[in-house]
Amino acid sequence: MMAAGNAFISGNEAIAAGVRLARPQVIAAYPITPQTTVIERLAEMVEDGSLPAEYLHVESEHSALSACIGASAVGARSFTASSSQGLLYMAECLHYASGGRFPVVMMNANRSVALPWNIYGDQRDSLSLLDCGWIQAYAEDAQESLDLVIQAYAIAEHPDVLTPVMINLDGFVLTHTYELVSVPDPVDVDAFLPSFQTTNRMDPDHPMSLGFTAGPRHNQAFKQLQHLAMLSSARVIRETEARYGEVTGRRYPGLVEAFQCDDAEYVIVTLGSVAGTVRPVVERLRSMGERVGLLRIRYMRPFPEEEVRVALAGAKAVGVLEKDISFGYEGTVFTNVNSALTRSDAMPQRLLNFIGGLGGKDIPAVDIESLFSRLKAFDDEATVTFI
Amino acid sequence: MNHPVRNTAYRPPSRLEDYPVGTAFPSGHLVDINAAWRSERPVIDTERCTNCLVCWLLCPDGVIRRTGDGGLEIDYDYCKGCGICARECRFDVIHMQKEGS
Repeated sequence: MMAAGNAFISGNEAIAAGVRLARPQVIAAYPITPQTTVIERLAEMVEDGSLPAEYLHVESEHSALSACIGASAVGARSFTASSSQGLLYMAECLHYASGGRFPVVMMNANRSVALPWNIYGDQRDSLSLLDCGWIQAYAEDAQESLDLVIQAYAIAEHPDVLTPVMINLDGFVLTHTYELVSVPDPVDVDAFLPSFQTTNRMDPDHPMSLGFTAGPRHNQAFKQLQHLAMLSSARVIRETEARYGEVTGRRYPGLVEAFQCDDAEYVIVTLGSVAGTVRPVVERLRSMGERVGLLRIRYMRPFPEEEVRVALAGAKAVGVLEKDISFGYEGTVFTNVNSALTRSDAMPQRLLNFIGGLGGKDIPAVDIESLFSRLKAFDDEATVTFI
Repeated sequence: MNHPVRNTAYRPPSRLEDYPVGTAFPSGHLVDINAAWRSERPVIDTERCTNCLVCWLLCPDGVIRRTGDGGLEIDYDYCKGCGICARECRFDVIHMQKEGS
């Protein structure tokens, strides 16, 4: 089903196909909707021998990531996946992985957070964990999901980075939608992604303390190094995408994708699968002569500060559309975009924040059109509105 | 076995590039002394000590060292002054002496 060549698979299955090509030695995960089919497919691959990995059955998400950290500490490539409540349950371990510089790769199915209980997609789970030291990527479609997971290992394990990566897929809209996906040849992926090598390996011949204490005198230096490594990852992401393009022919545009932004007066900034709804709206409005654009943020960490400034330099009005709200203020993506723009000479005249899609609420194309109309009308009173 | 000795040649990192990447670093040596809260110190009467090693076994910080010539000595850089060695000594040859006296 997921052999090299074209396959008709879901976002989750594209992740599983990508993970198999990346050849992790350890997979530890706990099932949660809408992530479940990722680890079901991986379990089948381990069972049928097409993925020679240890598949650990764990009792919780906290244990799943802990096991991946332990595997990484002995020099094994590891993978986990989670969603929503499960991601929050492993929150403590997210900091352990990034602080210990263990290059674990994780897929997160973006899903609402209780209460009220809800299994559908929004991005409050991962965006509330933006500060945990993980690289955060947001996929738009199944093909990008597969390509991201392979690239993620090359990025995470790069000696200048050594930082874990979280790949986010919108729950159901992306995780469960079937698309045509090109699955790379394993030989090509092996050439692109050599086996994991680390000097921090737990090794009886060269014993070291792992996971040690650092008191007030030295602790901050470790945090500063994490920050510098995260900043370095922006360059490594671009280099990795270039190498991946040479191998597969699929080229990715770096931390953001600017679609029709060059001369755009009105731009919607967003991330994840909803960009797939915004893009045809932009194309239709463009065909009617309107100067509109889409800026899709592919990586929230490291944040594409310069790319955002460049892409929005000529815009009159910008709307940040996100499936997230930091209660009492604004959406977290908006906060980040606004911060980047305040350091720009070309701040747009209006910067609005559209909160939508919470708990899986649909964002149809007609809503996107009305957002562009509001950007042009300049009559919104409030900066933050729920759509 | 004796506890690790302090590595006096060790210099803590002063520049960012001197730090390890992540929390992995060779260990097996001590880099700082740690005994500041001791109010009393145990003193061994080495003339009467039988070298039975009960104190050596029971010291919770492992700071009683076998000297190699049949004797024992206490590493006061790490002794916390808990008094377990004095209490457990079967020949009553370890006594607690007030610090500063």
